[in-house]
Amino acid sequence: MEVYKKIEAKKAPSSSVGAIIWMRKNLFSSPLNTAMTLLAIAFLFWVIPPFIKWAITDANFKGTTKADCTGDGACWVFIKVKLQMFMYGFYPEVERWRVNLTYGLFLVVIVAFKYLKHSMTKIAIATVYFIIAFFLIHGGYFGLAEVDTNKWGGLMLTIVISAVGIIFSFPLGILFAFGRDSKLPIIKSISVTYIEFIRAVPLITILFLSAVILPLFFPEGISFNKLLRAMIGLVLFEAAYVSETIRGGLQAIPSGQHEAADAIGLSYWQKMLLIILPQALKVAIPNLVGVFISLFQNTTLVLIIGLFDLLAMVQLTTSDAHWLGFETEGYVFVTLVFWVFCYLMSKYSKSLENRFNTDLK
Amino acid sequence: MSKFSSRITKLSVAVLTIAGLTASVASADTLSDTMSQGYVKCGVNTGLPGFSVADQTGKWSGIDVDVCRAVAAAVLGDASKVKYTPLTAKERFTALQSGEIDILSRNTTWTETRDASLGLNFAGVNFYDGQAFMVHKSLGVKNANELNGAAVCVQSGTTTELNLASYFASHGMKYKSVSYDTTDQVRNGYESGRCGVMTSDSSQLHALQSTLKNPAGSVILPQIISKEPLGPVVRQGDDVWFNIVKWSYNAMVAAEERGITSKNVDKLKATTKDPAIKRILGLEGRLGENLHLKKDWAYNIIKQVGNYGESYYRNVGMGSPLKIKRGLNAQWKDGGLQYSPPFK
Amino acid sequence: MLAFLRDRKVRGYIFQLITITFVVAFLWYIGVNTSHNIEQRGIRTGFDFLNSTAGFGIDDSPISYTSSDTYARVFLIGILNTLIVSFVAIILATILGLIVGVLSLSKNWLIKKLMNSYVEIFINIPVLLQILFWYNVVLRSLPSPRGSLDFFGKIFINNRGVYIPKPALNSTTISIIVSVFAVFIFIYFLNNWANKRKERTGEDFAVLPIGIGLLVVAPILGYFIGGANFDFSYPHLQGFGFVGGKQYYPEFISLTMALTVFTATFIAEAVRSGIEAVSKGQKEAAASIGLSHYQALKLVILPQALRISIPPIINQYLNLLKNSSLATAIGYPEIVTVFAGTTLNQVGQAIEIISMTMLVYLVISLSVSAFLNWINFKMKIKER
Repeated sequence: MEVYKKIEAKKAPSSSVGAIIWMRKNLFSSPLNTAMTLLAIAFLFWVIPPFIKWAITDANFKGTTKADCTGDGACWVFIKVKLQMFMYGFYPEVERWRVNLTYGLFLVVIVAFKYLKHSMTKIAIATVYFIIAFFLIHGGYFGLAEVDTNKWGGLMLTIVISAVGIIFSFPLGILFAFGRDSKLPIIKSISVTYIEFIRAVPLITILFLSAVILPLFFPEGISFNKLLRAMIGLVLFEAAYVSETIRGGLQAIPSGQHEAADAIGLSYWQKMLLIILPQALKVAIPNLVGVFISLFQNTTLVLIIGLFDLLAMVQLTTSDAHWLGFETEGYVFVTLVFWVFCYLMSKYSKSLENRFNTDLK
Repeated sequence: MSKFSSRITKLSVAVLTIAGLTASVASADTLSDTMSQGYVKCGVNTGLPGFSVADQTGKWSGIDVDVCRAVAAAVLGDASKVKYTPLTAKERFTALQSGEIDILSRNTTWTETRDASLGLNFAGVNFYDGQAFMVHKSLGVKNANELNGAAVCVQSGTTTELNLASYFASHGMKYKSVSYDTTDQVRNGYESGRCGVMTSDSSQLHALQSTLKNPAGSVILPQIISKEPLGPVVRQGDDVWFNIVKWSYNAMVAAEERGITSKNVDKLKATTKDPAIKRILGLEGRLGENLHLKKDWAYNIIKQVGNYGESYYRNVGMGSPLKIKRGLNAQWKDGGLQYSPPFK
Repeated sequence: MLAFLRDRKVRGYIFQLITITFVVAFLWYIGVNTSHNIEQRGIRTGFDFLNSTAGFGIDDSPISYTSSDTYARVFLIGILNTLIVSFVAIILATILGLIVGVLSLSKNWLIKKLMNSYVEIFINIPVLLQILFWYNVVLRSLPSPRGSLDFFGKIFINNRGVYIPKPALNSTTISIIVSVFAVFIFIYFLNNWANKRKERTGEDFAVLPIGIGLLVVAPILGYFIGGANFDFSYPHLQGFGFVGGKQYYPEFISLTMALTVFTATFIAEAVRSGIEAVSKGQKEAAASIGLSHYQALKLVILPQALRISIPPIINQYLNLLKNSSLATAIGYPEIVTVFAGTTLNQVGQAIEIISMTMLVYLVISLSVSAFLNWINFKMKIKER
């Protein structure tokens, strides 16, 4: 048997590879392109080195007091000293393990979800988790000291409000989406009115409504605490957006699916929950994550009605008489935290989009 | 209807409570509700040095906070049994009306409109204040009537904002209004130079001046342009509770007048012959019973919170960074306005 | 009886009946409670307060205002300021978004990356945080009035705002405004005529260059016809600050900047995905029938891309309008700040005031939605 010697492929001609060629192709292909490239480089030079100088090279990391900040750069000592405030607000120091445990359990649940197949077990685990999380953070039972909600603050409050917002606006949104797609005229008009009304007004007016008018709606003596009022407002608001996103998914389901489900004699709820909704969700989930990102960002509005979320902590910590004038550091830090959360969520939604994209493209 | 409505009420309360979020049900009888829940629900400022501030651990102090503590001491015998709800100016009256809080002690000015049209009662005046101006020293202003054309930082939706407008109008001067929602924002606006002048109650200006980066760079002008009697507020229609708050505060003032302090109260209780002191401390008469409280209610206030003078000294007076003189808030016999009706 | 219940139609009726009963009962319940509460707590009702004196100052007002004006005027100023800041931010965000969207498809690697990073960075930061950052960090770092940044002694920038010369409303400015309007009307008719002619003869008529040319020439003509005198009022330092000229307040600037930068990211995304969605085949087909690059863009790609991009862009305009309510965090006097904020605090009639505020947004949003539907209808592919 003859053995052929493997002939190495010829290298690409030197005129089409290498950094310089790449640059010529991608950066300097035409006079206009060259001009834009130079402009962009100038812009980057104008922005990045001063920022690095401020944030890293000239910055102060060591120390515990304002006097330790001597350089011209950022005073990260401020963030270091106030980090606990940014993370937990006024949550009592000895009880903070409860918050951390809740975070830890969340990771456990996420890992467990990777290995679990059955969706009912997943739902059951999630439900149990949220009940446990509530008892852990709020306390007042099982020997855990009650931590009043006005001591909640910082990132922890932001996460709690977002989580409650997502958990409750989701089913509510599904209901309204069904309602809007329903053939029953009264149900449909109630849903449409609700969704269109909510989507037409800014969140802040809904929050004001729940802060100052909601108490008038109930008989004397019934009162909701401040955090609960904000949550009610946020959930009612986001439900409308969730429902519009899910409706987008519902509309993508071909009518054959409805007809087939009807033909095998499923009831309305069986049809919607077992056949239509799972498919609709698959279509809607990437956009749904987008709605949840904006929900997460919208939680910052609670500072306007006087709750101390992560963003409000900047104002609170910088008005400490020992630490006046570190707004920039505070805002940059909080921006970074928000950005990381939102960026990860949006990457997640992109990956879901690819995973669920069963079309051939 | 009433049966239906109460059933829905119960249902919704049950749902919300199951949802794990605290919806509380109070009846018109605030006293027995407070007794059974074991704490006083008190609305305070979100943060105003000297009046109500929370420290790093969330512990509240201030002259407004002391009113709440006094009520807790009188009703429950323990001044620490208070649940504080920090409120913005916008929410404060709604929170009281809806029963979220039972006392509003949040540097609130007593005005006719508020007293008569909001369904509220003012239970006294724990701080007589007046509006003043603080200016950057570099402007070289010595007198409020030199402020024509200035940009003035002010907290929106307060009586301060209205006084400001009418002061400038009545003096034929113009100003540029820069208004913010919270005290902190006002302070930041002033400090950053967004406005050259800041106006607020004189006590607040003193408090805020001490938190500026360069306190000596600012000066508070001598003019006082308004009357600002600040006091605790309760709901209308529960006179028992109204009396308790009113007399808890009066007990602090009367104690100072009679020279009873947290230090000497035990000794006085054992040795005093003065019938007036005996009545205050519950050794004589039925003053406690009249208020539906225990005999030693006022003793508890003085022992745990102190008299008015002590509270003043510790929070806003010479014992605090604010160093505000007693002025109008001195006892009546020293030429001030603090005057408790007799304990008889 | 049971068979009757199994009828889907009957069940639909029953279900609706139950729902409507619940909704009505709930509304009735809160209605009864509210009126009871209002009565018991002695809260005033009605809209009489609109005629009483507001008593507080508003500095940044497009119409004249003093503290002796009424709450009704405060309401009006709030609406106007909301519209002004939204309008300015929408224009700027559209321009920025278009540029970024188109450039993010550029063949230039660096530009593409730069545009993508811009979108990735600013889309993921809450807009309220951006507003506060502009206000509390960027604009705070500017010097005080006495140390203003000075451009030719005519324009001043300091921590009280930006001051520019303001032309007086005289014959010159009026004639310029009129001439610009006239040009737009002329272009509209010219375009109609050109379209008709094209349908008839197939010949193109260069409306765009003519339009641009006219837009340059007409104001210059107007300037000279109107007397060639702007009669500028220049800002100058007097007393505690600047007087004269036109002042843009820091609140306005930070709100506009933040809304622009935030919303432009979404507009850029919409533009980009619109252009990407036009299939390659369309471009190739356009090239193969001999259209030039410009013709292909104008006649084939953009019409299709716009049909996809415009609805989400208009939705972003609505979002921007709603986000302008965040002004209340920095005190720009738009409707939420001066009406749902200050006025509510002064008057205390929450129900009336919050409803009026919501109604304003409702009216604006619904009119924009109606407009959007009309656009969608106009742009629908006409299937024959």
